[in-house]
Amino acid sequence: MNTELFGIIATFLLTLLIAIPLGKYLAKVFAGEKVWTDFLKPIESGIYKLSGINIKEQMNWRQHLKALLTINLLWLVYGFLVLIYQSKLPFNPDGNPDMTPDLAFNTIISFVANCNLQHYSGESGVSYLTQQFVLMFLQFVSAATGIAAAVVFFKAFRDKTTVQLGNFWEFFVRSITRLLLPLSIVIALILTFNGTPASYEGKDQFVSLQGDTVNVSRGPAAQFIAIKHLGTNGGGYFGANSAHPFENPNYLTNMVEMAAQTIIPLAMVIAFGCFIRRRKLAWTIFGIMTIGFFMLLIPSLTSELGGNPAIANMGISQSTGAMEGKEVRLGPAATAYWSTLTTVISTGSVNGMHDSTMPLTGLWQLLGMMINAFYGGCGVGILNYFIYLIIAVFISGLMVGRTPEFLGHKVEAREIKIAALVTLLSPFLILAGTALASYIFTNHGDAAWAVQPKNWLNNAGFHGFSEMLYEMTSSNANNGSGFEGLGDNNVFWNISTGIVIFLGRFLPIIGPVAIAGLLGAKKFIPESAGTLKTDTKTFALMTFAVILVLNALSYFPALALGPLAEYFTLIK
Amino acid sequence: MKKYIIQSIRLTLVLIILLCVIYPLSIALAGKLAKGNGGGEKITQNGKTVGYALLGQSFTKPQYFWGRPSAVGYNAAGSAGSNKGPSNPDYLKEVQSRIDTLIKYNPGLKKADIPAEMVTASGSGLDPNISEQGAAIQIARVASARHLNPQKVKELVALNTLKPFMGVFGPSSVNVLKLNLALDNL
Repeated sequence: MNTELFGIIATFLLTLLIAIPLGKYLAKVFAGEKVWTDFLKPIESGIYKLSGINIKEQMNWRQHLKALLTINLLWLVYGFLVLIYQSKLPFNPDGNPDMTPDLAFNTIISFVANCNLQHYSGESGVSYLTQQFVLMFLQFVSAATGIAAAVVFFKAFRDKTTVQLGNFWEFFVRSITRLLLPLSIVIALILTFNGTPASYEGKDQFVSLQGDTVNVSRGPAAQFIAIKHLGTNGGGYFGANSAHPFENPNYLTNMVEMAAQTIIPLAMVIAFGCFIRRRKLAWTIFGIMTIGFFMLLIPSLTSELGGNPAIANMGISQSTGAMEGKEVRLGPAATAYWSTLTTVISTGSVNGMHDSTMPLTGLWQLLGMMINAFYGGCGVGILNYFIYLIIAVFISGLMVGRTPEFLGHKVEAREIKIAALVTLLSPFLILAGTALASYIFTNHGDAAWAVQPKNWLNNAGFHGFSEMLYEMTSSNANNGSGFEGLGDNNVFWNISTGIVIFLGRFLPIIGPVAIAGLLGAKKFIPESAGTLKTDTKTFALMTFAVILVLNALSYFPALALGPLAEYFTLIK
Repeated sequence: MKKYIIQSIRLTLVLIILLCVIYPLSIALAGKLAKGNGGGEKITQNGKTVGYALLGQSFTKPQYFWGRPSAVGYNAAGSAGSNKGPSNPDYLKEVQSRIDTLIKYNPGLKKADIPAEMVTASGSGLDPNISEQGAAIQIARVASARHLNPQKVKELVALNTLKPFMGVFGPSSVNVLKLNLALDNL
């Protein structure tokens, strides 16, 4: 038990040890200052040349968003075509079939959006071509999209008044060449040498010690799993994600994968502070995020280590904690830690099945995704936090009776409207989506879909409601984990979550970039005694209160119907 | 707009070559140096492959140590957990029947000694490990089925126990396949 706690403490420290210098490095990379990886410049120049890109061309925030949306749209079309024709394309040694159009719609949006919600299973649903040329490709570029969007936002606050926010392609390409690709190589090698398959060999067959014939799915998984975590994507190569012994062979790889998914979101906060030369602001943001993370982690740990009360009643001691859906080599502590990480950060990979975690752990997982800004996904985490920050600036401004300002720019009606819309979007998508699903489940149970609505839920009652709530929450947060008992590969879930993922990805990118662009273009007002300081502890607590109040008001009723109700039935 | 479309297409093609060809191929090539040549480490007995070191397999005979319950019957081409919620009544019945089975096949076993992992399904359905306690409760059964001294079996379990990573991080565990192989090779 103690060694399990040491394991997660060591992982957190390891993460900080990597993330802080990485953040400083990233600030330099995106500011164009000298760094030791500058030897990669010729490769970058080659990429720009082949793509017809002139990085000296400065873009304003609208042009940035146009470039971002154009290339993302292209990936949607490209990926969709591959998915629906994969059986006719090469590199399909296991002979897996084409995806149905609704499943392809869901899958491609999910991977373009850095969500990686999977309504297929890796072993039987995709070819090697799809895994590498579509899914893994998108894991790289969707993470780079998020990072590039965040850099545009950084740019807007670096100089006093500016509309020239750098070149989108440059930020995007550098995110790959200076960050995602080199680190992926390191992580993929660690995984490969710990037993994760990396070769292109197809399925294998053997006769087990006891005489059963067993088929084994394999393939180039290590390459995929590295970027899956680094880019906070989370889509598993195999169905069981990082609970699968091939994806996560031992405790060392588990520590590496946990650190890998956390370092970029943390580093982006540090990079923000260095880039705009306001380190104190970054540290207060970092502090609030960390407090939020631990407030979700500690109760998750206690509820998982405490075991399942219903199984305790049968006379089983559960001295190691709740084990359903978990792996012995990782243990419940590391699984609770991972489940908190993967939901506050929008990774959505799992090393144990969330559907089988204790009701309160499920509550913290849901809350982590609803808030979606305690660290948050690659690049987008800090953008999400920024929206809360603007709301906090506005409310504080109202309280003291001044025009609110942020970093020397007046925050006016237009910016607040955008922030309010983005804030309201999440509860709308999650709650309306869950309500619609519940309505269909109760009133149209016999609809002739691939999985009939009455058969959607693997668990009846309150837990079943949580399964639907979780699916919508995970989609909106671009998280991608699931209460996987849900029968989700049918037209309703494929289309509805596809739409939720799409809106939940792009509006929260467009909103903050637009606000930053608008603010950056405004006249700079030097700080005076009357300026609201945003880098103080008081203001940080204010932001924290805004986060808690907004989310509690939006989601408490839904959470009470799902995990809370289940908790009270279980302990009665 | 048109400019962005053309740039997007060209950039996508260039990145596909870098990220989907050069990157994975170089890792696969490096993987040739890893155990199992990067195709997963195999375990052989008398020259025949009997399993993968990392993948659990089904053991039901009394002379073998049993692994954990699996929601997919140890199907290594379709990994999954049970996804049963903690309060699901059908699931709790299943757990009860697993307890009964263990007690039936391991005479003298007390409920309180059964570790949780032996009556709950793993996340992947392929968990290769059980805890030391999970092995300890089966020693008597295995020894009597094989007509061995329990002390000898206990020593084998100890030999096949993997300590926490670097001695201090994470749980210790027993690889069921390797342990059973060692028993067969006695």
